Amino acid sequence: MTQLIEIKGVRHAYQTEAGPLPVLDGLEIAVPEGGFVAVVGPSGCGKSTLTRLIAGLMKPDEGEVWLHGERVKGPRATVGMAFQNPVLLEWRTILKNVLLPLEIVPTKLTRKQAEERARFLLALVGLEGFEEKRPSELSGGMRQRASLCRALIHQPDVLILDEPFGALDAFTREDLWQTMHRVKEREPFTGVLITHDLRESIFLADQVVVLSGRPARTQYVLDIPSSGPRTLEDLYTPIAAEQLNILRHQIQIAQGRAPAEKAAP
Amino acid sequence: MNKHLRAIAVPLIAIAVLLAFWEWLVWFHGWPRFKMAAPSDLIPAYQRHWNLFLTMGWQTLWRTVVGLLLAVLFGTILGMIMGFSRTMRDALYPILVGFNAIPKATVVPIVALMFVGQHDFNTILLAFMISFFPIAVSVSIGLSTLEPEYRDILRSLGASQATIFWKIALPKTLPEFFGALKVAVTLAFIGTNLMEIVSPHGRGLGALFDSGRTNSDFPLMFAVLIALAFLGIVLYYIVVALEKIFAGWAERAPS
Repeated sequence: MTQLIEIKGVRHAYQTEAGPLPVLDGLEIAVPEGGFVAVVGPSGCGKSTLTRLIAGLMKPDEGEVWLHGERVKGPRATVGMAFQNPVLLEWRTILKNVLLPLEIVPTKLTRKQAEERARFLLALVGLEGFEEKRPSELSGGMRQRASLCRALIHQPDVLILDEPFGALDAFTREDLWQTMHRVKEREPFTGVLITHDLRESIFLADQVVVLSGRPARTQYVLDIPSSGPRTLEDLYTPIAAEQLNILRHQIQIAQGRAPAEKAAP
Repeated sequence: MNKHLRAIAVPLIAIAVLLAFWEWLVWFHGWPRFKMAAPSDLIPAYQRHWNLFLTMGWQTLWRTVVGLLLAVLFGTILGMIMGFSRTMRDALYPILVGFNAIPKATVVPIVALMFVGQHDFNTILLAFMISFFPIAVSVSIGLSTLEPEYRDILRSLGASQATIFWKIALPKTLPEFFGALKVAVTLAFIGTNLMEIVSPHGRGLGALFDSGRTNSDFPLMFAVLIALAFLGIVLYYIVVALEKIFAGWAERAPS
């Protein structure tokens, strides 16, 4: 089966004054088209490095990253990114912020079509009526919604989300999780989500990858069946509790706080 | 409407209060005119030398503006070089700081001797030399402190460095740039006047001040100072207006 994203045996180390600091060591991740993988792991285990590798912003020392059957050698226009910091441009309106990627990547859309698409996306995430506002007039959650629209405007093959909801309060976060499901239904994408939140990972993803502590390798993969938690109520069922338990245990192993012999899936 | 009235009336009243205090101070101490001038002495001074004020004021103004424009151009380019290249920043920063630390009054005789007789050029040069520093520093800081995510958003789409500069780095630096420009405006006036006062047979308001000094004409000297302050205020608010147009987004809506 061909995968849309394939990460094979990736090793990477940062050069520091104290010598090389390995962050990734034997990473294996595969995401089928339309799949949504959540990557969890202890702090500082190289999760953000992973997003930069997939986006082609840096090259791994060893191993390969493949997108769509092509080896990633540099940035490509078929990627959309959203970070914990929404990084909206303060001098542009929300609408113009969302349109930004189309000023960079080649597009077949006319100006009018592009604007219509941006308005459609903004409405989809619940930002109708805010098109002409400045980012500073929006709340943190709303900015993150706008940032999500910007990541999707050029219909990327791959959506990379680097802890996009990490800085939001719990209620706003749950709101955005539901928005994500709504978006995925109307605008299907293949996604990689970096997160610290285990509930978020089982709620959004269909596969959860647990990374070990630094240097990170793929330690454990949990498949979430499509019958998994997809509404907030589902998060409080025994199945969800079981999934969370497994993941929590794996994180403890990754942090070195639990013995690893029970690690086999 | 009320708001506009307020915005004009409050500073005008403040100026009037200051002038009244000055008038009272001179009257209270009974200072003679060869020691200190009162605001009421200035009006005859302006009346007597009105033509001189207009021509000299224009001289000072255009040379300051040209020096400032050169400072903006040079300071921005220098700031870009230092903002984008760490090596260049490390190399140029100490030199810049050292250059800025040299009192420009000491440079005046050197420049005046080097380019004897080229009064316009000398004056512009000094206005430029004294005012490019804050611009270069602010632009370089603005560019070098750009959060990596901003770059990544465009870089991940395959944007070139030039595109990143025009779409993100430059507009994001504008508020800092205008902050520096406000400082640079007043500095440029200092530069212009240093040269006008010190160099022999100078022109401009500085030269008019100097002629007042040689004649112990205190009302004239103070009239020149007030004229300089007026020009400074005008230029400053032109910069503020430009800032509103180009970087108005950085201003929070009053809440």
